[in-house]
Amino acid sequence: MESGTLIYEDRMAKKKAEAKVETSGAAAPPDRMALLTSMLLQRRFEERCAEAYALGRIGGFCHLYIGQEACGTGAISVLRDDDYVITTYRDHGQALARGMSPRAAMAELFGRIDGCARGRGGSMHFFDRNTNFLGGHGIVGGHVPLATGVGFAIKYRGGDQVCLCFMGESVVNTGAFHEALNMAGLWKLPVIYVIENNRYGMGTALERASAIHDIYQRGAAYDMPRGVVDGQDVLAVREKVAEAVHRARTESLPTLLEVRTYRFMGHSMSDAVSGTYRSKAELEEYMKRDPIMVLRMRMQAAGEIDDDGMAKLDADVKAIVQDAWEFADASAEPPVESLYEDVYVDSTT
Amino acid sequence: MPVITFRDALNHAIREEMQRDDRVFLMGEEVAVYQGAYKVSKGLLQEFGEMRIVDTPITELGFAGVGVGSAMVGLRPIIEFMTWNFALLALDQVVNSAAKMLYMSGGQFNIPIVFRGPNGAALQLAAQHSQAWESWLVHIPGLKVVAPGTPYDAKGLLKSAVRDDNPVIVLEGEMLYNTKGEVPSEEYVVPIGEADLKREGDHCSLITWGKSVLVALQAADQLAKEGIRVDLVDLRSLRPMDVAAIVKSVRKTNRAVVLEEGWEVCGVGAQVVDYIQRDCFDDLDAPVLRVTQADVPMPYAKNLERAAKPDVAKTVAAVKRVMYVE
Repeated sequence: MESGTLIYEDRMAKKKAEAKVETSGAAAPPDRMALLTSMLLQRRFEERCAEAYALGRIGGFCHLYIGQEACGTGAISVLRDDDYVITTYRDHGQALARGMSPRAAMAELFGRIDGCARGRGGSMHFFDRNTNFLGGHGIVGGHVPLATGVGFAIKYRGGDQVCLCFMGESVVNTGAFHEALNMAGLWKLPVIYVIENNRYGMGTALERASAIHDIYQRGAAYDMPRGVVDGQDVLAVREKVAEAVHRARTESLPTLLEVRTYRFMGHSMSDAVSGTYRSKAELEEYMKRDPIMVLRMRMQAAGEIDDDGMAKLDADVKAIVQDAWEFADASAEPPVESLYEDVYVDSTT
Repeated sequence: MPVITFRDALNHAIREEMQRDDRVFLMGEEVAVYQGAYKVSKGLLQEFGEMRIVDTPITELGFAGVGVGSAMVGLRPIIEFMTWNFALLALDQVVNSAAKMLYMSGGQFNIPIVFRGPNGAALQLAAQHSQAWESWLVHIPGLKVVAPGTPYDAKGLLKSAVRDDNPVIVLEGEMLYNTKGEVPSEEYVVPIGEADLKREGDHCSLITWGKSVLVALQAADQLAKEGIRVDLVDLRSLRPMDVAAIVKSVRKTNRAVVLEEGWEVCGVGAQVVDYIQRDCFDDLDAPVLRVTQADVPMPYAKNLERAAKPDVAKTVAAVKRVMYVE
C-alpha cells in the first residue's frame, strides 16, 4: 500500500512539473513512464470496477473507458493545473488522469460519503474542484455548451487558461454540439473539443448516425481549426492536443480534434461487449492495438522499461487500486440526514 | 417616490447589480445592439460594453449552457430569454445542468445564474407564444422561481436573484413592461420567498402572483364596491413559497380562491390548494376554487382568446361562489 501511494504522488508531482515547461506549440518532452503509469492505473482501476459491479458493490449505469485510455491521458498531460476539464458520463479514466484520488473515485462508485461527489453523483457524475474537473455529465451533448461557457469565462477575465472538453462521436449529431461550437467559433473561445470516436454511439455505428464520416470535418462549419489523430497512440494524442492548447492560450482559438479509438467493453456494464452491432472478430482486431501495449512496446524498444519493470509497475498500480477499494469499502454511507443538503447553497453575494 | 415602468425597474436592477459586481453580465438575443427585444436592456451596451452585454445567435440551448458553464467557474450571468416560450429549447440546461449541478457534485459547484424573460400570454400571439411556464419550473428542486407583479417587486426581486448563489428564474409578464408603479431611488432588495399582502380583507383570500396580481387588484376593487373584502396574497416567489403567509390569510378568511395565468392541470395553484388542505382543513368554510386559463392551446381570435384567459369577471365570480353569495 505504501509504495502504491508513493507512486501516485510521484506521478502527480511529475505531472505538475511537466505542465510548467509547456511553453510552445510543441509538447514538452513527454514523461513516458508517467503516461504509462496513468493509463495502467485507469485500466486496473476499471477492471476492479467491473468486478465490483458484478458483485453489486457498484450500481446504476457504469461506463468503462477500457481501450480509450490514451485519449484522455495524452490530452490531459499537456494541461496546466489551472486549466479546466469537462466530460461525459464515461469519466473515470479522465478524472484519474487529471489527478483525482483513486480513493475518492472508488468511494464515489461505492456510493460512499468520501466519494468525489459525497456519493451523490456515482459513476456518471465525477466532480473535483481541486483539479478543475468540471464533471461527468449524463445527457449526451449537454455538457458541450458548458465547455463553451467556461471558454467564455476565461476570455471574459482575460486569462490564458484553456478548457478541454471530451465527448463521444455520437455527440456531434446533437443540437447542443452545433450551438456550442458555433458560439466558440464565432467568439473565438479557448476550448479544445476532443471527440473520442470509438465508432459506436451505444450500438449505432458512426456510419449509421452521421452524414459525414470524417467527423473532424464538422469543424469547417464553425471555421474552427481541426484535425484527426490516432487515439491508441498516447504520444500522438499528446502532440496534437499540445498544438491546440497552444493555439487556445496564445490566440484564443478553439479546436475540434477527432481522436480515433475503440472501446473494448460494452457501452455500459449492463451491455454486451459484442453481439448485434459489432462482431467478436472486429473487437479482437481492434484489441491488438491496446493503447497501453502500444506505448509499452515503444518504451521497451527504447530500453525504457523491461518485463521486470513492467511487472513491478503493474504490481504497484494494483496496490493503489486495492487501497482505493479498501478505502471505499471502509467509508461510511452518506448519512440519511444529509438527503436535503446541497440542493441550495445558503448564501448571497 | 419616483414612478417608473416595470421595464425600467428591471433595467435599473440590472444596471445597479452590474455596477456593483463586475462578474455579472447579461447575455441573450438582441440584448445589446438592438437594446433588447422589449427594451429592458436599453442603454446597457453603451455603459458596459460588448463583453458584458452579449448578443447571441438564436441558440437558446447553447447560450443557456454557456451561462451555466461560466457560472461554474465564477461568473454571475443574467441570461435573457426573449420569451419563456423559446426557453423550452433550453430546458435541458436549466433543469439538468443549472438546477442539479450543486447536488450531483456533492456541493462543489453552485450555479449563481439568473434566467429571465417574459412569461405568459400577451395579445393575440396564438398558441406557441402565449404560455405561462411556472409550473414546469417550480417543479424542479434546485431552482428558485420568482414572479413579480409590480415595478417595485420586479426591481427588488431581480436584484436578489442576481445576488443569490443559486439559479433563479425570473418570470416577467409581457403585458407588465409598460405598467407603472412607485420605486424608491435608494437601494433596496425584495427577499426571495416572502409573499406580500397587496390588499387586506377578512372575507376571502385571493392568492396569486406575477401578471395576475393586476387582475386580482382590479377584482378586489370591484368586490370592495359590493362590500366583499378580499385578502390579496401576492406570493411573488413560487419556490420557495411563503406557505406561512397563505396559511395565515386562509385562517383569517376561511375561504380561498387561487388565480393563475396558466393551465389548470398540475398548475402551481394545485400546489397552493394542497398546502391549504393540509394546514387549514378545519378552517375552511367552502371548497377552494381556482381560476386558470381554459384547458386549450391559446387561440388567436380576439373573442376566443378572451374566453380562454382568466380575467377580472371570472375572478370576481369565483370569490362570490366561495362566499356563497351567488
